[in-house]
Amino acid sequence: MHEMGIATEVIEIAEASIPEEMHDAKVECVNINIGRLAAVVPESLRFCFNILIENTRLAGAKLHIREIPVKAYCKDCKHEWIIDAPVFTCTQCDSGALDILSGRELDISSIEIAD
Amino acid sequence: MEIKIVRKVLDVNAKMAEQNRKLFGDKGVFVLNVMSSPGAGKTETLVKTLVRIMPDIKSAVIVGDICTSHDADRLAQSGVPVVQINTEPFGGDCHLAAHVIEKAALDLDLDAIDLLIVENVGNLVCPAEFDIGEDCRIVVLSVAEGEDKPVKYPLMFRECAATLLNKTDLLPHLDYDLEAALNYIHQVHPDMPVFQISARTEEGFDPWIAWLQKMIDKKSK
Ligand SMILES: Nc1nc2c(ncn2[C@@H]2O[C@H](COP(=O)(O)OP(=O)(O)O)[C@@H](O)[C@H]2O)c(=O)[nH]1
Ligand SMILES: [Mg+2]
Ligand SMILES: [Zn+2]
Repeated sequence: MHEMGIATEVIEIAEASIPEEMHDAKVECVNINIGRLAAVVPESLRFCFNILIENTRLAGAKLHIREIPVKAYCKDCKHEWIIDAPVFTCTQCDSGALDILSGRELDISSIEIAD
Repeated sequence: MEIKIVRKVLDVNAKMAEQNRKLFGDKGVFVLNVMSSPGAGKTETLVKTLVRIMPDIKSAVIVGDICTSHDADRLAQSGVPVVQINTEPFGGDCHLAAHVIEKAALDLDLDAIDLLIVENVGNLVCPAEFDIGEDCRIVVLSVAEGEDKPVKYPLMFRECAATLLNKTDLLPHLDYDLEAALNYIHQVHPDMPVFQISARTEEGFDPWIAWLQKMIDKKSK
């Protein structure tokens, strides 16, 4: 529901990352990572991004979203696995003492500029 | 040509939240972020809680779940300072962000309080994503919402330290599977404390308030 705000942040960070000497360059793609647990709907984000970039230096850029799986680590038996249903207990020993290794990401990783 | 960036999209919020956390820490204020879907009973629970903990725990409230001043008025009746956040008149924001809390806190005498309660915007999705600089998050879930909210909104239930399962006074009138609800909560967050309460009758309040007191004490030590 806050995808418009997230898209705004993504665009601001991406614009600020275009090197000084490349100010005329065309940005082809913005790469971001979204964890499966993050409260962001990728398709809504893309929709907002496409609308918001129109009159910015990112006009025409694609938003490339990499979805990051929820990976858990069991502190009791050291098992590591991908969580794909909302069950946060160890699939091997049933322990609830988990570390979530990935899946909360909401990161911008890079921009791609036309050569 | 690819230019690496590697930055959190919510970096600005995260930094502001850390700034808030430091300020509240310096002032010795424990900050509780209360979240739920609309109507689960945040305001009612807080009003009844405040009446019980005052004046032992000097408290204040920031309330963001509004489109009117109803909630702020109800909370103010318990005698604590209340700051109402003015969001869009037609329901703009879906969560409170750290900078909003920073601004609201300016209206409070932080030296005079031990506990700052933030009633977040009624929403089980977005508030879970936004750190506001709190010490502790709790979620209020009412039995009128069905059993499976925790598995539909796992991030919220992972992020919170306790669930207040509210409106238990309605149980005799509902076809509610309490055991299934508890199982869903613990499937998402094993060992999470669940306090079954009725903000209407105040049944079950003692254990919840004892827990809150313990959390506050833990910080002040
Ligand atoms: N029966 C019953 N009603 C409640 C209880 N707690 C809150 N309510 C009612 O539920 C409605 C929404 O409560 P409110 O505190 O405003 O919810 P909020 O939106 O989460 O702040 C109000 O009409 C309350 O009177 C409860 O424990 N039992
Ligand atoms: Mg309310
Ligand atoms: Zn295990």
